[in-house]
Order: sequence, then C-alpha cells, then structure tokens
Amino acid sequence: MLENIQATVEAWPFLARGLWVTIQLTVLGSALALVLAIILGLMAGAPARALSVPGRIIIEFFRGTSLVVQLFFIFFVLPQFGIDLPGMVVGVLALGLNYGAYAAEVVRGSIASVPRGQWEATTALSMSPVHRMRRVIFPQAWALMIPSLASLMVHLLKGTAIVSVILLQDFTFHLDQLRRVTDTTWAYAVVGLVGYFVLALALTLVMNALEARAKHRLGRGPSLREILSPTPTAKDSLSTAGRGF
Amino acid sequence: MQDQRDLWDWEMFFRALPPVLEGFLTVTLLVTVLGTAIAAVLGLVWAMLIRLAPQPVSGIVKWFVAFIRMTPIVVQLLFAYYAFLMVDAMTIGIVVFGIHYSTYMSEVYRAGIDAVPKGQWEATTALSMSTRRTWAAVVIPQALRATVPALGNYAISMFKDTPFLLVIGVVEMVNAAQIFGGNNFRYVEAITLAGIIFLLASYPTSVLIRRMEKRLAYAN
Repeated sequence: MLENIQATVEAWPFLARGLWVTIQLTVLGSALALVLAIILGLMAGAPARALSVPGRIIIEFFRGTSLVVQLFFIFFVLPQFGIDLPGMVVGVLALGLNYGAYAAEVVRGSIASVPRGQWEATTALSMSPVHRMRRVIFPQAWALMIPSLASLMVHLLKGTAIVSVILLQDFTFHLDQLRRVTDTTWAYAVVGLVGYFVLALALTLVMNALEARAKHRLGRGPSLREILSPTPTAKDSLSTAGRGF
Repeated sequence: MQDQRDLWDWEMFFRALPPVLEGFLTVTLLVTVLGTAIAAVLGLVWAMLIRLAPQPVSGIVKWFVAFIRMTPIVVQLLFAYYAFLMVDAMTIGIVVFGIHYSTYMSEVYRAGIDAVPKGQWEATTALSMSTRRTWAAVVIPQALRATVPALGNYAISMFKDTPFLLVIGVVEMVNAAQIFGGNNFRYVEAITLAGIIFLLASYPTSVLIRRMEKRLAYAN
C-alpha cells in the first residue's frame, strides 16, 4: 500500500501530463462534436429535402460505423493517401465526428420539440428563418438538449481512453506505465477508474451549471449567481426550479 | 503488385474478407449476444436491488452502478484482464461488457418500473397479492414490454463498442482488419470492410427498433 502511494507520487508528473491530454481530447472533441451536431442537426431537421437527406445520411454513416473504425481509418488509411495528421488531431477528429453524429440527433429532436406555438408566433411576427432560429427556437431547444448533450460528453470522455492504441499518451497510457511499478488493482481501479470518475463528475457539474444558466435566460429558474451565493435572496426562495444543484 | 497509392484494390478487398468475417462471426457477434444477455439480467437485478433492498445495500448498489457507468470500459477491460490473468481474454471481455452495459440497462428498467401505472399497484393490493406475485405477474411483465426498444438500442451500441476489446488483445473484427492491413502494408480495404459490416448490421436493426418503438407507443 505504502509503496503503491510512493510509486504513484513519483509517477505523478506523467499521470498529470496524461490527464491533460485526456482533458484536451475531451474539450476539443466536444467542441468539434457540438459544431458538427448543430450543423447536421439543423440540416436533418430542415424542411428542404436537399438539406435533410444528406444530413440524415452523414449522421447515420458516422453513427453506424464504430468509433474505433473511424479512428483507424484516419490513423492508418489517410496516410496512405498522403494525409498525415498529428495524433492529437486524429483523436479529436474521430471523437468529434462520431459523437457529433449522436449529438446531431439530440439537436434535431430538441428543435422539433419546441412547442408549435413558438414557431407560429415567429411567423406572425414575420421573422426571417435565421432570426427565428437564433432568437426564439434555438435558445429554447438549447435548454432542452443540454442534459442529453451532457451524457454524450461523459460518453466522449470515456471514449478518449481508446486513443492509446494510436500511440497518444493519454491518462490510460500512463496508467499502463504505473501498473508496471505498482499492482494492477491500484493502478487501474484506484487511480484509473477513480480519476476518470472524478473527471466525469466535474463535467456533469459544469453541464448542470450550463443548464441552469440556459433556463434562467428563458426566465425559468434562478441565475447561476443566485444558485451559488451562500445567502439565499428573496427571489431565490420564490423559485422552485434548478434547486437540485 | 499495384501502386500503393491506388485508391481501391478489389483483390485486396476479397483477400481481407475471410479474416474480417471470421472476427465478426466468432468474436464480435458472440460478445454482443452473450454480453447483452448478461447485461439484460444484471440490469434488472440492479434495478430491483436499488428499489427493494434495505438501505445500506441499495445505496451501495446505486453508487456501484453510477461508478461503473461513468468510467471507461477500456480501463475496466484492462483492469479485469490483468487482475484475472488465469481467465482468457474473451471471457473477460464478455463479462466486462455485460457488467458495463448492465449499468445502463438498470436505468432503463428503473424507468420502465416507474412507468407502470399506479392503478396496477393498487389493484394488486386490492387482490391481496403477495409482493412476489405482484412483481412477477404484474409489474415486471409490463415494465419489460416498454423497455425492449431501449435494450435493443444498447445492444447495438455494445456491438459498436466491441472493437475496444483490442486493448486486451482479442482479435475481433476491427483488430482482424488492422492486423490484415499491417501484414499487407495496405489498410483501406480491410478497415472500410469492417466499417461496412458495422453499418450493414446496425442500421437495419436500428430501423427495426424504431418501428417497434412506434408500435409500442400506439399500443399504449
């Protein structure tokens, strides 16, 4: 036990570097996934078939072929055609494309479930389609989609653990190094699983805060500052939503 | 020998077929089927324990389920592989996939049990049914019916996660494709083939499940 702790302390600089790679992959992969999800989700939900059909095909393609296939395609196949990307870019691309396709379904579904009255109201106010989406529909859909996007982000974080097979030195890679100097249970179960679990919890907290903020901006529930303040304000005690934070 | 930069080589494609298909049939499908079976049973066990067991037990199960669900299956596979070196990698894979996905499925069962109308519970009380009979004859049959599509979706996502097995050296479909590519210095045909098989197997299944979901929604 004591030797394990000592070995872990000695290995800490490497583990920290690995954690940083994992965090970068998660944040950059999620950012790419979000951008793709919004583009593909809007396309798939568009009334024009010229947009919705290609949107659907791209979504089904990246959902239907596995993450590891996409990772290997970018890592092994593209260099054969002269496209040689750095490992980090390969990881971010594969994660972003795969989870972006899943998230696109969330975006499309959330936009579709904004109440009809809201759509009709924008027509009554003769808003342009872009204006309608940006100011009325999307902010409401955004509050709806955050919980599902949050769970997809946790999936993406867990998915980053596979990148060590394309020689990226992430947290899982350094756990394998740690296993050689400590025992298996310590390295993988205590340090590894608990490390990922803490990351996932932190991510969930951030996404809960984002959801509270999105709801507050729609006039539902308290603001983040009110939630986080140690002394409840009068307004805070009146509202009921968002208290589970 | 053709130019390395040729976009596509049909001969290579047909040479890649046997090993990739073998990985698909003997490992990928087998792990998916057995893993799903374990996950479906264990998931129900977790859901029932969380709901019915006395406090310390149900609390521990709840945390265990959350912990497994929020940590990567890759690390779980590596841990189980090195912790049980006497067990073969394939068995480790089936069990770890089963346990990991059981934590997702327990949520599905929980929702299914919650969706059984209150009147059904009241009716079992009115008929003075035992707890056992209430669950076995009334609650579980109704809860299960609603959960079938969600379980199917998790089976598909387990199917697409099976390439993670390559971290413990199991030669499933994608690993077979990668090995073939490495031996022939050409990856495009083998890896594309693996992708096509994934797409061909998972897309029709997901369409079927969506249809089943709609029919169940109409039935209610």
